[in-house]
Amino acid sequence: MDLKRAGMAGTLESSDIMVVVEPKEDDGIKIHLESPVEKQFGDQIKKVILDTLDELGVDKAMIRAKDKGALDCVIKARIQTAVYRGADSKDYLWGEVER
Amino acid sequence: MFVPGNNPGLLKDAHIYGADSLMFDLEDSVSLNEKDAARFLVYNALLNSDYEGCEIVVRVNGLDTPYGRDDFNAIVRAKPDVIRLPKTETAEDVKQADLLVGELEKIYSITTGSIKIMAAIESALGVINAYKIAIASPRLIAIAIGAEDFVTDMKTGRTDSGMELLAARTQVLLAARAAKIYALDTVFSDVRDDEGFEREVRFIKQLGFDGKSVIHPNQVEIVHRVFTPGKEDIQKSIRIITAAGEAQRKGSGVISLDGKMIDKPIIERAQRVLDLAEAAGLYKGGEKNETKCC
Repeated sequence: MDLKRAGMAGTLESSDIMVVVEPKEDDGIKIHLESPVEKQFGDQIKKVILDTLDELGVDKAMIRAKDKGALDCVIKARIQTAVYRGADSKDYLWGEVER
Repeated sequence: MFVPGNNPGLLKDAHIYGADSLMFDLEDSVSLNEKDAARFLVYNALLNSDYEGCEIVVRVNGLDTPYGRDDFNAIVRAKPDVIRLPKTETAEDVKQADLLVGELEKIYSITTGSIKIMAAIESALGVINAYKIAIASPRLIAIAIGAEDFVTDMKTGRTDSGMELLAARTQVLLAARAAKIYALDTVFSDVRDDEGFEREVRFIKQLGFDGKSVIHPNQVEIVHRVFTPGKEDIQKSIRIITAAGEAQRKGSGVISLDGKMIDKPIIERAQRVLDLAEAAGLYKGGEKNETKCC
């Protein structure tokens, strides 16, 4: 999915994460993360962000994320929302059922 | 218990307050520009969270809105127990939803008919059509009255007595009973007024409702307390069901207990008391009467 503009989702409330997904000229994903639990969970948060972008076919993006203790499923949901908003797309693809 | 769909903090802990059923809301509690975000959030939460045995309901946006179809596409795939239709006015609303859920169950390889539907009746037209709505689909397990929109449609407002809702409540209840499905009552908005809330729960229980929607964890305990049968009622009901079972085994047509005749409606009521006691964890089965009631 190609980003056309910056897409934002989430809030700064507890248990949430605010993410901004911006288009980037060169290949690759760059993540700027702020989190009170960055030392313990920074790598895991980044992994969820990268996996979600990969599922959505996004390979060029700048991600700014302010985490407030979000669970993985919340991080995933906010990235999905921001990407679809940034891509101006409503052609939602729902992933495999996991239960 | 209603849980706003775009609030990760509430979504995360919703199951710890003892509600029998959690209703994740994509409709009125979500602003128009956050519908997509709430849908992604509830979808991912359902796929990845363990709500420890709570019944999972999702209130979607109506199919007459720009959000309804996307809500169904996502939520059916996340396999909740029940989808709640808002502002149901005709049997056609239910049939349309039933058809769509059926198609999506096939696409997603989900057992046909496994996702149930509940219809909220929130307008004068919906109340008038309550029975037609209640029998519109075998997937429909309950109808609920939604008071705020209903009183607005009736050009009035809500009062403590609830007299403005009486006609609608009884109509919805009659329709549910005639269709043999559940009837659920509306929310009580003043979360600080526990006394008023308990009064209303006692009133709607007496009318015959099966349960009540709540908007705050503090209200859960009150509903449970009112709906849970007392020890005396449970003991009396056990004796009635036991006597009915013995009479059936002996082939006796007439049942009496403590000198009083016990007939079918009394047996049905006793069985309902035991069903509620069993649901509350106060009774562990035993004698069962096979008379059907919901």
